[in-house]
Amino acid sequence: MAVAEREHAAVEIVDLETTSVRELNQRLHDLAAGAAGPRHWRVVNPSGAHAVACGLDAAIEVEIDGHVGYYCAGMNKLAHVHVHGNASTGIAENMMSGRVTVDGNVSQSAGATGRGGLLVVRGNASSRCGISMKGIDIVVGGSVGHMSAFMAQTGTLVVCGDAGEALGDSIYEARLYVAGSVSSLGADCVEKELRDEHVAQVAALLEAADVDADPAGFRRYGSERRLYTFKVDNAY
Amino acid sequence: MCGIVGLFAKSADVEERLGEHLAAMLVQMSSRGPDSAGVAVYRNPAPTGSSKLTLYSPDAHERWGAVRDGLCDAFGTCAEPSVRASHAVFVVDADAADAERWVRANRPDLRVMSAGQVIEIYKETGLPEDFVRTFALEDIRGTHALGHTRMATESRVTTEGSHPFSTGYDLCLVHNGSLSNHNRLRENLRREGIEFQTENDTEVAAGYLAWRLREGASLEQALEGCLDDLDGFYTFAVGTADGFAVLRDPIACKPAVLAETDDWVAMSSEWRSIAVLPGAADARAWEPEPGVVYAWEKALV
Repeated sequence: MAVAEREHAAVEIVDLETTSVRELNQRLHDLAAGAAGPRHWRVVNPSGAHAVACGLDAAIEVEIDGHVGYYCAGMNKLAHVHVHGNASTGIAENMMSGRVTVDGNVSQSAGATGRGGLLVVRGNASSRCGISMKGIDIVVGGSVGHMSAFMAQTGTLVVCGDAGEALGDSIYEARLYVAGSVSSLGADCVEKELRDEHVAQVAALLEAADVDADPAGFRRYGSERRLYTFKVDNAY
Repeated sequence: MCGIVGLFAKSADVEERLGEHLAAMLVQMSSRGPDSAGVAVYRNPAPTGSSKLTLYSPDAHERWGAVRDGLCDAFGTCAEPSVRASHAVFVVDADAADAERWVRANRPDLRVMSAGQVIEIYKETGLPEDFVRTFALEDIRGTHALGHTRMATESRVTTEGSHPFSTGYDLCLVHNGSLSNHNRLRENLRREGIEFQTENDTEVAAGYLAWRLREGASLEQALEGCLDDLDGFYTFAVGTADGFAVLRDPIACKPAVLAETDDWVAMSSEWRSIAVLPGAADARAWEPEPGVVYAWEKALV
């Protein structure tokens, strides 16, 4: 087997009990700009550590066995990061591209300010999921907490369960789809008609996320465009 | 910032090693609170009719024997205190109010850290790992415990300003967050006869609970009252003689995670502290909902 092929097939295992997060992240960052190295990584014993696999910029696969702390896979670009456990505050914060999957539940501000890529949460997300999202797609298999998609600018949030209070408060142009109940809508967020193109969009995202739900069973929410920022008189 | 932890034993083995587990949890919260650390441990109930005081002396060479002699003369309590670093625990043959009154009248230089039948509170400035070592936390057995690591924002870094705070018998509260209406509330509670020893916001929350419990509320009711009467950010962990409860404010900016196995219930600001407990990987773990009271109770040992 050629060296390049062996590197491709091998799984690089990093144990956070014996390796620091800083060292792990440095090794992952070294792969940016197409540098040679392992393409498939497995991180064991994260034990709630913060900033695991942050700032990646390479088309690699990183699997994490266990629960992670804050800002896991933050600023992710190109990489596929899969957490086999729960994640704390700010998973995939400001993601640019690539994909982040969490098998368990996530804490507040999941996918915050994300500009691209796909975030999949198989369990529940707590408050402020998708806050200030700017192009990221988020699929949540369970429910989301209060103030989700607060000031969401663009991108899509698909929630297969319920949404907490003040969904989509002060929303701009993001699309929100919820299959279950919505406790309340935030300022300027309204229900909108679910047309065929929306069902198709939900179907495509569910398929990409590998989440099983009926795309026609969702309701769509978005901006009524009546806040200060949408008044032409207030434009510069 | 601040870090808070709570551990409630459901098995004899965890009771046996409570201090060791608590110490490990506390050290994990060092980065959230490097200024001071403290714990409240529920253990060794005083016999009926007696009470237990934890006293703190700012004098590193305190002669605790003199305090013992004083209590011996006043109440016929002549047992040696259990001394840990700057703190000493006395079991007194009197109710907690009388014992506390004696200390305040005769030894105003000492600070009553806790009073009740089961609670003991230890707290000190400095890093959690130093605190854990100085107070030999790993030797402590007990049924349940709370811990706090402090990053000071509202008041000075002193032993007195360290958490946990106890303003009622066997009642203790640890807090991550900050309250904005504590000055007004402190004045109102003082008029109700609740005493405060510091200007700290968390002590006001503890005092509020003490007042509600005194007025007949259950622990759940008292905590639900916090949702109406406290303004600010908070995650609370509360201990009573036989119980343990957790509450987050409705906005829930301050983190919290709960986990449970057949052997223990644990609460922490972050998963890192729970990951050090035996069986944590297989524990049921969840984030407490905003504005919801979670409570556990156990029969007194």
